Amino acid sequence: MLEIRGLRHDYDGRTVLSVPSWDVARGDSSLVLGPSGSGKTTLLHVIAGLATPTAGTVRVAGEEITRLSPAARDAFRARRVGLVLQTLHLIGVVSVRENLRLAQRLAGAKVDDARIDEVLAGLAIPALSGAHARDISVGEAQRVAIARAVVNRPALILADEPTSALDDGNCEKALALLLEQAAACGATLLVATHDNRVRGRFARRLEL
Amino acid sequence: MTIPRLALAYLASRPLLTALNTAMLALGVATIAFLLLVTGQAEDRLTRDAKAVDLVVGAKGSPLQLILSTVFHADVPTGNIGLEESRPVATNPMVASATPLALGDSFRGHRIVGTDASFLDLYDAKLAQGAMFAGEMEAVVGSEVARRHGIAPGAQLTGAHGLAASGPAHGEHPYKVVGVLAPTGAVVDRLVLTPVESVWHVHEEHAPGRKEITALLIRYRTPLAAAMLPRAINSGTAMQAASPAYEAARLLELVGAGVQTLQWFAVVLMASAALSLFVALSSALQERRYDLALLRTLGASPASLAALTLAEGVTLLVAGAILGLALGHGAVHALGLWLSASGSWPLTGLAWAQGEAILAAAVLGIGALTCLVPALQAYASDPASLLAKR
Repeated sequence: MLEIRGLRHDYDGRTVLSVPSWDVARGDSSLVLGPSGSGKTTLLHVIAGLATPTAGTVRVAGEEITRLSPAARDAFRARRVGLVLQTLHLIGVVSVRENLRLAQRLAGAKVDDARIDEVLAGLAIPALSGAHARDISVGEAQRVAIARAVVNRPALILADEPTSALDDGNCEKALALLLEQAAACGATLLVATHDNRVRGRFARRLEL
Repeated sequence: MTIPRLALAYLASRPLLTALNTAMLALGVATIAFLLLVTGQAEDRLTRDAKAVDLVVGAKGSPLQLILSTVFHADVPTGNIGLEESRPVATNPMVASATPLALGDSFRGHRIVGTDASFLDLYDAKLAQGAMFAGEMEAVVGSEVARRHGIAPGAQLTGAHGLAASGPAHGEHPYKVVGVLAPTGAVVDRLVLTPVESVWHVHEEHAPGRKEITALLIRYRTPLAAAMLPRAINSGTAMQAASPAYEAARLLELVGAGVQTLQWFAVVLMASAALSLFVALSSALQERRYDLALLRTLGASPASLAALTLAEGVTLLVAGAILGLALGHGAVHALGLWLSASGSWPLTGLAWAQGEAILAAAVLGIGALTCLVPALQAYASDPASLLAKR
């Protein structure tokens, strides 16, 4: 599912990330652990094809994304990778449903409202569909962000510090939702965090 | 579909700023469109009316005033000349036609012009109804006069002394309308024509005896006349000769300076609108850089982010340009309706002025260039470095 070989990323002449070899099998959810500044976010960005590493190869779902052109990487990410960011950013000027449609359209897919309803129902937030994204609470926005990450049935879901802003109860809920949704669409989940509360939920981990 | 929809959503999310930018653009465009329409139509009208007559011979005074009063029918005459005095000019071999003009009265703001049948030839005017006047106190009215006051052959009309609509009436000397002219697009549409003798008749008690006219409208038989006749008249007689074409050009030059000032004012208005648009887009870009980064993570290409920014600016530009043109044309039309009540300049907002296409193209072009800088910034933004900072 994920195959990393000889990965190195330099920034300002300094190596900020080095992963000699790492494999994650399909459906094998995993943690990326490490203190702040250890390169967790950079690793996720490289895997997502948002950043080009200095050296090494990354294969995602059989595609060697480090060899793809920037445009092809954008297209690949849109179709196969779901991202949940730390700050759960939604496009505030449109509705929740429109945020999910946006993810579908940008992936080159047709708008599928049935799928959107299904995902929102799975996350227990069907009533939010018409709400303006800027008007909803942080907890709701988190669920919408997860919904957006899974709406295109990606092969890989990347979550960057999804729990750092949450209290213990919500942290637990968010993780459960992420794992549940990843399993529901058969995706591999990768969570990058320095949050020790998360450790117990994952059998596999990469320490940076 | 995605990009325009998002652009509209962003515009709608800041209604006040969107309205302000559109309004500024619209005001600039409206001002310039207004000036183009008014000057274009005035110039058209002036040159067309001036072309009908080669030379005007009248009483001494301001040549511009003489032309304004006798060719454009917009000012008071410089005075009168004796009929006998003017006869040598009329019979000069270089003169093809000499049309007498006796002014002084008006009918509801329309001038009553004492003249003869040759006046119609000057403007290629034809009768639409009835017949040409044949005797004293018979009148033929222009198409505008007939339309506005519902006048048909057989009607009677009473002149008022002076050129204002409110002069003392000559109630004891009514005119009998015998004909209505077809529209010509020239000044004759707004006149009431009658034999010179009618004017003499009406004013007999004021100036008995001497037969006077206001001016002679001359058409040359030969181009040579333009070089010789005016000088001969101006230096050899107590009368004055003035060229409508020359005075119209001089008038346009005078008006042109004022128009140019206004045009610069409008350009400044549009420049500040462009600046405001630039600031709005740049600050919007700053505000939503995380949105843009997010769109990139969702698969949007850098080009589509640039397109999003551009679409926002261009939507404002198109809305501003359309609104501005509508406003400009509406204002000209309103002015035209208001002026038409007083019977002076005919203006319409239902026509395009020369230069309006260039105006629209310039607004869109310059505006798009203004949006290009923020658009390129959006294109160049790096989502990874921005998201890593959080």
